[in-house]
Order: sequence, then C-alpha cells, then structure tokens
Amino acid sequence: MTWLLNNGELIGQLIVAHLLISLPPIILSFVISVPIGWVANRYRWSRGTLLTVLGLLYAIPSLPLFIILPLIIGTGLRDSINLVVALTLYGIALMVRTTADGLASVDPGIRQSATAVGFSVRSQFFRVELPLAGPVLLAGMRVVAVSTISLTTVGAVIGVDSLGALFTDGFQRGIAAEILTGIVLTIIIALSVDGLLVLLGRVLMPWVAVNSGRLARRELRRARGAVIA
Amino acid sequence: MNLFLQGILWVLDPAHYGGVDGIDTRVGQHLLISLGVLVVSSIIAIPLGYVIGHTGRGRSLAIGASGAIRALPTLGLLIIIALIVNVGLLAPFIALVVLAIPSILAGAYSGFEAVDRRAIDAARAVGMTEFQIVGRVEIPLGLPLLIGGLRTASLQVIATATLADYVGGGGLGHFIFAGVKTNDYPQMLAGSIIVILLAIASEVLFSSVQRLVIPAGVTAGRPQDIRVKSPRSRTALG
Amino acid sequence: MIEFRNVTKQFPDGTLAVEDFSLVLPSRKTTVLVGSSGSGKTTLLRMINRMVDPSSGSIEIDGEDTSRLEPVALRRRIGYVMQNSGLLPHLKVIDNVATVPILNHVPKKQAREDALRLLDTVGLDSALADKYPSQLSGGQQQRVGVARGLAADPNILLMDEPFGAVDPIVRAELQTELIRLQRELDKTVVFVTHDIDEAFLLGDQVVILEKGGRIAQVGSPTEILAAPANEFVATFVGADKGKRALSIRNTPTGDILVDAEGRPAGVLVGETDVVAR
Repeated sequence: MTWLLNNGELIGQLIVAHLLISLPPIILSFVISVPIGWVANRYRWSRGTLLTVLGLLYAIPSLPLFIILPLIIGTGLRDSINLVVALTLYGIALMVRTTADGLASVDPGIRQSATAVGFSVRSQFFRVELPLAGPVLLAGMRVVAVSTISLTTVGAVIGVDSLGALFTDGFQRGIAAEILTGIVLTIIIALSVDGLLVLLGRVLMPWVAVNSGRLARRELRRARGAVIA
Repeated sequence: MNLFLQGILWVLDPAHYGGVDGIDTRVGQHLLISLGVLVVSSIIAIPLGYVIGHTGRGRSLAIGASGAIRALPTLGLLIIIALIVNVGLLAPFIALVVLAIPSILAGAYSGFEAVDRRAIDAARAVGMTEFQIVGRVEIPLGLPLLIGGLRTASLQVIATATLADYVGGGGLGHFIFAGVKTNDYPQMLAGSIIVILLAIASEVLFSSVQRLVIPAGVTAGRPQDIRVKSPRSRTALG
Repeated sequence: MIEFRNVTKQFPDGTLAVEDFSLVLPSRKTTVLVGSSGSGKTTLLRMINRMVDPSSGSIEIDGEDTSRLEPVALRRRIGYVMQNSGLLPHLKVIDNVATVPILNHVPKKQAREDALRLLDTVGLDSALADKYPSQLSGGQQQRVGVARGLAADPNILLMDEPFGAVDPIVRAELQTELIRLQRELDKTVVFVTHDIDEAFLLGDQVVILEKGGRIAQVGSPTEILAAPANEFVATFVGADKGKRALSIRNTPTGDILVDAEGRPAGVLVGETDVVAR
C-alpha cells in the first residue's frame, strides 16, 4: 500500500501510456474489420481466403509478432506504434470473422424484404444488416477490448512502457505490491472498457436486452418485424 | 529483410545446436512444458466441463470465470507466482494451467451442449443410464468441440510459454530475452520464428485431429458442412 | 394393462400439467391420447416409462406400481418412439435399432441380426442398415425409430406424435404401416397426437383431453362420433359442423354427401340405397 501511495505519479503515467497503446487498436480493428467482414460475407470466393489468412495471423504469438513486425513496417522495436499495429492486427483477425458471421446471421427473409421495400444497397447495410448483426459484433468487440488491454502488458518485456512495466520492474526489485498493482489496474481498465461497450450497446441497440439471451432473441425478432414494417 | 535473413541463418547455424542453450534443447523444453500444461489442465478441466455440460449447472459461473481470466494479464500472473514460489519452472507451469483451463473447459461443456437435446431425451427414454448417456452419446458427439478447445488452449500455451524463461523457466523465450538484453536482433528473430512455427504446427495438428474425430454420421448426408466452430477466444497470449 | 390412478403432475415452475387423472389402458389395444398443446398428453405418456414422475397418484403396469421399479430397467422393457425420431446421429441405422438389446447385454452379433430383421418388419430395405440417420428421409427415420422401439420386444409401445413432422403423404403411409404392424405384433400401444383424424384412424380407445389432462371423453371412435359427450368434444371432432357433419344432397347426377358448408365431401356406397331412399 505504501508503494502505491509513493508512486502515484508513475502509475498515472503508465495508465495513460497503457490507454494510448490499447485504445487505438480496439477502435481501429472495428473500423477496419466491418468493411472486410462485409466483403467476406458478400463474396463467397473471398470468405475462405480471408478467413484462412486471418486465422494464420491470429495463430502468431504476440511476443514474436512484436519482434518481427518492426522489420516489416520499419518502426523501432521499442516504439509503441509497433505494439499498436500488432494489437490492431489481432483485433482484425478476430473481428473480421465475427463480422462475417454476424452479417451471415441476419435472416435472408429480412434482407429480401428490405430490398423489396426499396432500401438501396448502402442504406440497407447501414440501417438493416449492421444493426441486426450488432449484438454479435458487440460480443466480438468485448473480447477484442479485454484481450487487447491485457496483451498490452506483454510489451514491457521488450521495453515498451505500459502497466506491464510494473510487472518487470516489480520482478527485478522483488516488490510484490508493484506487480499486484499492475494486475489489478489492468483488470480494472479491461472491465471498465468492457462495461462501456455494454453501455454503448444498450444506447445504440435499445431493442436488445443485453445479458438476457432469450429476451434478446425475442426482442430481436420484434425489431426485425419493425424493420419490415 | 536483411535482418530477417540473418534471423533464419541464426536458426540454421549448427553452432546454435547442442548444449544447455541449444535450439534443440530449448525446443524440447518448450514442447515438454506445453504438453505437461495441456495434460494437467485437461485432467482438471475436462471432467469439470463434462459435469457442467451434462447437468447444465455452474455454466454461468464457468463463463464468468473465463471472462475474468481473459482480463487477467498473464505476464503479471506469471511474475507474481514466480515471486511467491521462486524462479524456475513451477511458476510458469501454474500460470499456463490457469490460462489453459477456460478454453478446455468451454470446449468440454459446449461440446455437450451442442448435442441435440432430442437425441439425449431419446437415449434416456430407451433406457440408458446417465453414465451411458455421457459415455455413448455426449462424449462422442461433443468430441469435435472439445478438440477445438484443446486447439485454442494449445496455441495459447505454446505462445505464452515463451514468457516462461523470463522467470527462469526455460523454453524458447530464452533466445528472445537474451537477444533483447544484448541487442542481438538476429537471435530474437530466431527465437520468434521458431515459436511461430511451433504455433502453426499446433494449429495444423489440431485442425486435422478435429476433422478426424467428427463422428461419421454427423457429416454423412451433408458433406458440405464440416466446419466446426471452436470456442476460440484469445486470452493474453505471451 | 396400464392404469393411471388419481395422477397429478405439477412441474417445478408451477404449471399444473395433469390434475387427478385416472384411466385404464387395456392390453393389446391402441389407446390414443388426443388434445391440443397444454392438454398434458405428452406428460401422461412420459409418466408411463418414468421420464416424468407424478407429483401424486400412481401408475400401474399389469398391477405393478411403477414407482417401485427402477426407471432405467423399466424404460428398457418399454418401447419409445418420438417425433423427429430421436436417433443417435453418430450411430449407423442398424446400431441405432440394436441400442437397447446391446444395453441389455445381448451379444452384438445377435443384436445386429435381430435389428436387420426388424428393419424388414417396419418395411425398410436392409441396404439402409449401414447408413447414418442423416442420410435417410424423414419417413425412413421414423420407421427406424419404430424399429428401435420394437427392438427389445416390449409389450408396451409409447409413441409421442411419431408422425407429426413428416409430410401428409408419408404420414398416411406410416399410419397404414402401423395398423398393419399392430395387427401382426399385438402390442399395447399408447399413442399421443393432436390430430383427431389420426386418433380415429389408429385408436381402439380414444381419449380426448382438455387443458390440464382433464378427460373430455373416452371411447371408441364410433362411440365418440355418435355421441359426443359435450360441446367441446363435438367441436374438437368436427361433429357439430365442419367436415364430419355430413348430409346428403340430391344432385342431377346422383346423391352425394356434403359437409356443413355445403362442400362435396364424399359419396354413399354399400348401404346407400337403404339410407338414401
């Protein structure tokens, strides 16, 4: 506890550094994945190829990726950009599949009726398909957010500062309180962002009762009915 | 790319084989740790997952715990355990088991849950005991998803075992940490390349096993649908 | 003989599925329980082989109280056929049929031979024996389900809407097959359906159920049609109006039967002359 009180400033800096590394990948992976996922769902030929490539990318362990990536994108090993790109790649690997699955889960009957009532391809995507795939996308984004925030700490072993620095520093100096602080803060940030996403989901998709599967499905069906009408 | 080539040459250099820090020794350690972790976590997680899957009890608890573990930074866990039990193999072993259990657990219970309720109902109606339902219906039909869980766990463990050497646990992380310390980029790359190859080998191995264990009748009649969804979730991969 | 004595079943969620139900189901006859959803018909069926245990009351099979019997052993000597066949997807047709004998420790070879014979009994080609359920049509799957129900040579066969999920043509085929089988095998059949036509076609004894397992009427199809006990039964069987309230109409080309709406429903044959003139 005394360690915590004496190092408030350091902890504050590390929290900021941690957020600066982990938040951009969470947002970027969503923005980038939605169009790729749309392509994967829309064009059959692209689905297999895209998903295989992303599956392989996903299989690459993070520490090795942190080390190899600078060779490809020309950053320094200890640049935080390096981590941001690596974490974004993982986010994309997960979210493209999720987006494709989510879009595929939209009832074809709904899609046809939307076309029939005169939605353009573009407005149909934004006003029918994307909202209906929303719950699946949200579930995917929650996984991406929590893993990204947790993975960010690994950068500490190659010298990129984040809350992970509390682990390496605490280990070298044998201060358990420092390591525990790092663990607890990482979890708090992860759960806070997760909670924010759930909240965002409720605001954007008021028809879905989050955390209540059966109700969610029923509400979803009603919402689909409303879209048709 | 020049550096990349140097990394590959580092892997191929005969001078880097044999002895305590030889690539062969380190690959052996890495695989042994990973295998040991998978065995121990399977012994814990599979029976537990089967009980959850068969009875339907404790499911939300298991999901909650898995979510919490996903948020838990593995590096921190590994280091705090190392501080308690001392450096060496034990700390990474415990941390990796904690990491591997949720995926295997999810594979085990979701495999059971994926079995058509009507098939289980019918099995009970014709007079199977609960043990027979588990052994003859749920286990064989749930096998592909269990293997899917093991596949995710294996990938996580092979990846995260790289961190083991940070606390003196051995394995391929040695080349990465030694390289970082001395700014020896080719050595870091060499370690990274080998870990990536192991991870991909694990994926290939498990995906083919997964295809093999799908019960014949499940795919018969609809051969186009052999894709099995595995409950994949990336926990903090090291 | 199966006898229900004052059986009540309340589920943990409070639903009263069956209330104070008493009935005798005679041996070697087909008893059909017919009612809409919520009438407790499936619950009644599943209480016979203890898939569901009654909250109060008792069920006796040939004078033996089933609550004293071990459920698993009881189920193995009662055949069970359900909607959507309930076949195990990872077992070949022949092994699905042989499931119960193998559970009863009949040698595998003999169990398979018996199963092959049973496939023939239910009108399936033996070439299907090595297929998996997913490779069969819905009607074929139901036949396999019947064969499995018969595999342990049970005295009692429970059938839970077995033909509910197949198309009308296949359903008619399966119904005819069941009538033939029953003539050959002479089992005590308890059959659950919501289709009154099916009930009248198959049942020696038909039990019409209202909500909560209340018996509206028990009797042979003839008795029920000739004298519906109340308005509910009359409406349910269609004797008040609809297709079973027929009358004769003279037309220039001969006499025909018409339903309550005046639509042609059939012609009179046999005793026609006596009735018509």
